[in-house]
Amino acid sequence: MNYDTSSTTRTSVPPDIAASTQRRVRVATGEEHPATSPLSVHDMTVAYHRKPVLWDVDFDAPAGSLIGMIGPNGAGKSTLLKAALDLMPKASGRVMIFGKPYRQQRHLVGYVPQRESVDWDFPVNALDVVCMGLYRQIGWCRLVSRRHKQRAMQALEQVGMADFAKRQISQLSGGQQQRVFLARALVQDAVLYLMDEPFAGVDASTEQAIVNILQTLRTAGKTTLVVHHDLHTVREYFDYVILLNMRIVAHGPTDEVFTPDNLRKTYGGHLTLLDQAAQAIAQQGET
Amino acid sequence: MPRFKLRFWFCLVLLLTWPDSVAFAAELASIQDTYMSLPSYDTFIRVFLLKDYNTRVVMFGTMALGLAAGVTGTMMLLRKRALMGDALSHATLPGIGLAFIFMIQFGGTGKYLPGLLLGAGLSGAIGLACIMTIRRWTRLKEDAALGIVLSVFFGLGIAILGIIQKMQTGHASGLQSFIYGKTAAMLASDAQMIALVAIITVVICGLLFKELKLLCFDQLYARSQGWPILRLDAIIMALVIVVTVIGLQAVGLILMIALLVIPPAAARFWTDGLFPMTLIAAGIGAASGFTGAALSALLPRLPAGAIIVVVASVIFALSLFFGTARGIVHRLIDHMLLSRKIAQQNLLRALYERSEKTGLQPQLGISTTSSTTSTSFKRLLATRSWSPQHLRRIIRRAVNKQLVRPNRHHYYSLTGRGLANARRVVRNHRLWELYLIHHADIAPSHVDRGADELEHIIGPSMVDELLGLLAIKHPELAMPPSPHATTRAGKPHTPPGISKHT
Repeated sequence: MNYDTSSTTRTSVPPDIAASTQRRVRVATGEEHPATSPLSVHDMTVAYHRKPVLWDVDFDAPAGSLIGMIGPNGAGKSTLLKAALDLMPKASGRVMIFGKPYRQQRHLVGYVPQRESVDWDFPVNALDVVCMGLYRQIGWCRLVSRRHKQRAMQALEQVGMADFAKRQISQLSGGQQQRVFLARALVQDAVLYLMDEPFAGVDASTEQAIVNILQTLRTAGKTTLVVHHDLHTVREYFDYVILLNMRIVAHGPTDEVFTPDNLRKTYGGHLTLLDQAAQAIAQQGET
Repeated sequence: MPRFKLRFWFCLVLLLTWPDSVAFAAELASIQDTYMSLPSYDTFIRVFLLKDYNTRVVMFGTMALGLAAGVTGTMMLLRKRALMGDALSHATLPGIGLAFIFMIQFGGTGKYLPGLLLGAGLSGAIGLACIMTIRRWTRLKEDAALGIVLSVFFGLGIAILGIIQKMQTGHASGLQSFIYGKTAAMLASDAQMIALVAIITVVICGLLFKELKLLCFDQLYARSQGWPILRLDAIIMALVIVVTVIGLQAVGLILMIALLVIPPAAARFWTDGLFPMTLIAAGIGAASGFTGAALSALLPRLPAGAIIVVVASVIFALSLFFGTARGIVHRLIDHMLLSRKIAQQNLLRALYERSEKTGLQPQLGISTTSSTTSTSFKRLLATRSWSPQHLRRIIRRAVNKQLVRPNRHHYYSLTGRGLANARRVVRNHRLWELYLIHHADIAPSHVDRGADELEHIIGPSMVDELLGLLAIKHPELAMPPSPHATTRAGKPHTPPGISKHT
């Protein structure tokens, strides 16, 4: 009974069968994650309670590109970002930021959460919110210095909100609030930006301002992943697209991937087989 | 008028019997209380100038407690954990009872305060852990978890107090005071302990101010930045437990939550910044503690905790009405000023358009004696849904401001200043209408209302933007014609130089 230790700890199948399956299954060794990729997600599965919402998501984001992530409601777009940022537990799989786990690369990543995720009645002004992007650099128990405030002001200017720096955030319009959130990420001076629906519920001029900033970021060689929901503007805004509906339907350069066929696969047929399977797993777990 | 008469008699009786009832209350007080006397002027002065040692100790203690509660409460309230604080304070009761029994068993008096408070703190922490566990491991929502922990722990505590009363060792009556609070029992050492806790609270909140602000505002982002959310949350809740425990003696566990929640809630009406809010909350807490303790020294038969909370709620009510940031009065005044301004602008516009219609093109000339048509009150009344009184008031205000001049009986025209104002208002209105027609594809018959709502609030920067969009080169000279006047049914008149697509 001298089993190979690695196989006995994992399964109780006889070694010969285990070995044969191992030969067929691609094993994650980390080698397929190039250190140059700003964000590489490998075989990631995420579940809420017992119900999986993302299955085996697997992609490498090309560096320096502006990436749109598209999919219907409940496709797991926000969940993908959250899981990549360790804000949600992953059932399996892993995420690498420039070849290292997120824990070690936090300073390289700027996150823009959904606008609805916070209480905008909170007693702070726009400048305070932008300064929050610098807290990590400032460090524990230290005050926000004038130098930091100047940098925050510059970020506000970048999004065209310098005149509103001292405005309490509840007095800002939805679009202005979104710009403040964007400025908070910009002030971090990150290399990879993950934005959760920055275009949701904003006015036309804010949308244009955000698009300009996204293009500036791309020109500066930074990578941006944007959760997006307006199919009309995808071709115009993004040069790389990820189509997501619980699993990745397709990903690649916009011209190649953003096709009617792929869109039908992403949006069409709501109760897909995958959805049914997820339901079944959840029910099985409960009984 | 029976009701009025009744009230009158009631007042009269009250007035006549007032000296008697005061004397009666004083008699009661002097019988039952040994060191406090009735609230005469002298006592009043003595209490508020801190001349009495006992009162001084109590007031100092409650003030420090109010300050600590204000600072801690601000963080708790903004973290949206107010109800958790309530559950925590109720969860301290079984700890107090058990600590008492424990100390009796080991031969103590059972009344050793630090021991009781330690029990209270531990029991509160266990209550918190229960809430967390229920929320994490069951599908019950937070409110259910809070309700369960609050009632179960409080019930358990009451049961334990009942058992203690049955025990032969007796002397458990003091424990009841933890439920409603009894400031008079406060010793100098207790006050010092409260002050120490207050200092620690202020120092911790000061050092972690930035971190706690981020946590309370945007938990998700804070976590993505790698801040230890759990530990920061634990710090807030630990501060809440500690402040609650030291407040048990003075305010009691039922009312402690009021001292944590009311000061920051009141402070929010005065400011839109977190730092000022924290300072104001601390101030309100301290003031309530101070005044409440003083009043309870003056009116010794009332429980101090209740008085402190009543004082705090009076401050809250005042803040609610008169707060400078979001008080009701402030908002009402703002609203009234805006509606006055809108009414005035509507009047000016009505006068201007009337004279436009009569063919007399209003010119802004050197002569400030008006060149606009005199319009009758009746005709003005017909232009809008004004009531006669309202219109009269609007006109009176405009006349006072020298924007409108009364001519003959009930006829009015614009003054030079009024004309300048009216031109600006009408221009904004027309620009906005044109913008809506040409860029938002709204039917001409519908734009008037949309423009009406917005013309009063658009600022100069938006006017510039509109002018830019409508490609009007000389804003001073241009007065776009009304889209309604030119064509009633057909296509709207497009002024020269306005392109539909910019």
